[in-house]
Amino acid sequence: MNCSTPSFRGEIAKLPLLEIDSLAVDYRTSRGTVHAVNDVSFFLEKGETLGLAGESGSGKSTLGLSIIRLVPYPGVIGGGQIKIDGRDIVALPEHEMQTFRGTKVAYVFQDPMISLNPVKKIGAHFVELIRTHEPNVSKKEAFERAKTVLKNLGIQPERINDYPHQFSGGMRQRIMIGLAIALNPDLVIADEPTTALDVIVQAKILDLLESLRKAYQMALILISHDLSIILERCDKIIVMYAGHMVEYADGTELHGRPAHPYTQKLLQSIPNIELSDQKLTAIPGSPPDMLNPPNGCRFWPRCSCTMEICRVKEPLLISIGRNHLVKCFLYGEKGVQSE
Amino acid sequence: MSEIVRVEHLKKYFPVQKSVLEQLFTRKKKSVRAVDDVTFSIKKGEIFTLAGESGCGKTTTGKLIVRLLKPTSGRIYFKGEDITQLKREELRLLRRKMQIIFQDPYASLNPRMTIGKAIGHPLEIHGLARGEEKKGKVLEVLQKVGLTPPQQFMNLFPHQLSGGQRQRVALGRSIILEPEFMVADEPVSMIDVSLRTTIIDLMLGFRKELGLTYLFVTHDLAVAKYISDRIAIMYLGRIIEIGSKESLFKNPLHPYTKALLSAIPVPEPKKKREVIELKGEVPSAINIPPGCRFSSRCPFKKDECTKTEPELVEAEKDHSVACYLS
Repeated sequence: MNCSTPSFRGEIAKLPLLEIDSLAVDYRTSRGTVHAVNDVSFFLEKGETLGLAGESGSGKSTLGLSIIRLVPYPGVIGGGQIKIDGRDIVALPEHEMQTFRGTKVAYVFQDPMISLNPVKKIGAHFVELIRTHEPNVSKKEAFERAKTVLKNLGIQPERINDYPHQFSGGMRQRIMIGLAIALNPDLVIADEPTTALDVIVQAKILDLLESLRKAYQMALILISHDLSIILERCDKIIVMYAGHMVEYADGTELHGRPAHPYTQKLLQSIPNIELSDQKLTAIPGSPPDMLNPPNGCRFWPRCSCTMEICRVKEPLLISIGRNHLVKCFLYGEKGVQSE
Repeated sequence: MSEIVRVEHLKKYFPVQKSVLEQLFTRKKKSVRAVDDVTFSIKKGEIFTLAGESGCGKTTTGKLIVRLLKPTSGRIYFKGEDITQLKREELRLLRRKMQIIFQDPYASLNPRMTIGKAIGHPLEIHGLARGEEKKGKVLEVLQKVGLTPPQQFMNLFPHQLSGGQRQRVALGRSIILEPEFMVADEPVSMIDVSLRTTIIDLMLGFRKELGLTYLFVTHDLAVAKYISDRIAIMYLGRIIEIGSKESLFKNPLHPYTKALLSAIPVPEPKKKREVIELKGEVPSAINIPPGCRFSSRCPFKKDECTKTEPELVEAEKDHSVACYLS
C-alpha cells in the first residue's frame, strides 16, 4: 500500500511481452499542447488479454496507436518507454519499426469500411502484406497462405478474388482481423473492432478474436468504450479518464471492488439486460476540455468525493491490493509526500 | 390508457435504380422494402420501443409516423385522426403536437445558429411567441434540459458544446412547443456512456412533467429494457415480436429475438453466455426470402416457414409473435 511504484513489477521474473513505463503522448496543436496520454505504466505477458476502457477523448486509442508508433500528426511520444520483448521502440528508426508492425504487433482498426483499399482484391491485400515482410515468399505461396487464413476466419477461400465492397461489414472486419494475424504476431491491438457492427455480428467477431488468440497464442489488447464487452472478454482492465490511467485491476476485482469513483459511477451507468428494475446513475458534468484540463485530479469536477487536495495535486497510481492500482486520494496520499 | 398513435399495414418501398440491361430486359420494378406491412399502436403516456439491427426499418417507421416520409401504403392515425394524406400546411400544424429528435447531435443543429436561436426557432415558425416572451421561454427550456446558467448557453454556437450538451439542445428544441408525442431516434447511441443516463433521465422526466408519449428507436436492447414499457422487435421491415417489456425479456418467443438477446454483452467479468448461432447474414431488403423472412437464417426452420409469411398472433397477454413454432 505504501509504494509509489507498482508492486507487481517484482512478481514476475521473466521478460514480459509488452512493458510500458511512464508513457506520455502529446498532441502539439496550434492552440496548445494536449497531454492525451499521461504517465501510463503497465505490462502484458504472452497470451494475456487486456482491456482499455474509456470514453471518447480518454486517450485509449492514442495509447493503442503509440504501441505501434502510429500516433497521427501532431502527436508525439513525449516521454517514457514502450518495450516489446525487452526492446524499447520509442526511439527506433522507422525502417526497423516497420519490421515490428505485423510480425510482432498488429492493429485492427475500428472502421472496416475505410480500412481496406477499395480498388484492390482481398487476395492482393494479403499478398502485399506477406511479401513486404517476407520477400522470399512467392506470390503463389502467399496466395495459398491467404486462403488458409480466410478459411480460419470462416470465409470461403474462393472469395479471395472479391473486392472489399462485395463483403458485408462483419465480413470486412473478419478480413481486417485476418490481415492482422496473417504474420502470426505476438500481440494484436483491436481498437473498437465491433463498434460499427450489429450485436449478433459483434458477438461472432469477438468469439472469432478469442478463438484465434488461443489458437495462435497471441496477447490481445481490446480497446473499447463499452465496458460490458471488456468485462466479458478480458483478464486485466485499465480504465482511462482524460489521458490518465485511473484504475488497473483484474476483471473480477474491478467489477467486484471498483476503487476509483469514476469506475464505480461508470459501472452504475451501464444498463444490464439481465437485471430488472435496475437504477442507472448519471455522472454529472462532462469530460474536460483536454486543452485546459482541471488542476489536480482530472476527475474532481465530476466527482462526488472531492477533497481539498484533489483540486491542487495530481494523485499517483498506488497499489491497493494484488494487481489492483488506483489513482485517487481516497486511498491515501502516499507518493505525493516526497514533493 | 387511450391510444395516441395507431399504424395500420404501413409500407414504405424505396425504388431502386435498375442497370441498363435490366431496364431493357425486365419490366419488374425493383424496390427496397424498408417497411413492409407494420401494424401497432402506442398508448398515451407510454414509451414504446422499436428495436432491431441496422436496416430493419425502425428509423424509417419513426420518420413515417411524423410524416417526414410519405408511406407507400397503409394508414397512420394520430389521436384518432388519419394523418396519412395530410398536406404541407396541415402537417405544419400537426408537428406542434409531434416532434422528433435524431441520433446525431452534430448534424441536427444548424452550426450558424446560436443555441438560443435554435431552441426558440419552433416558437417563431408557429408564431407562438416573440421578443421578450420568446426569450423567457427559451431560458426556461435551457434550465429544464440542464444547460445552466441559461443566459450563458443562449449565446453559444453548437461547436462550442459537447455531444451530450448538443443532444440536450435538440431535446430542448423539441419540447419547447410542449408536444404530446415524440419520436426519439437513437438519441443516446452517439453519446458517451457517462452522459447517456442524464439524457435518458431527462426524457423520463419530461414524460412525467409534460405527459409526453415516446416512440423510442434503438438498436441497443439493454437501453430499451431500461427505458421502455413495450417493445417491438423488427426484422427486415416487419415486426416479428411485440410485447410488454417484462414478458418479452423474460420469455422471448421468436428465434430471432432469442438470438438477439443472447448476443448482448453483459457487464460482468468473463460471463459465459450461450450465444444462439444464426446462419449467414441479414438478406437484402430488395430480395426478401419467401414465407417467413427469417427462415433463411432460422435454426428451427420447418417446411411451412418458406411458404406463407406468419402473422403476429397473441401468445400470451400483451405479447404477440409472428412465428409458426409458437
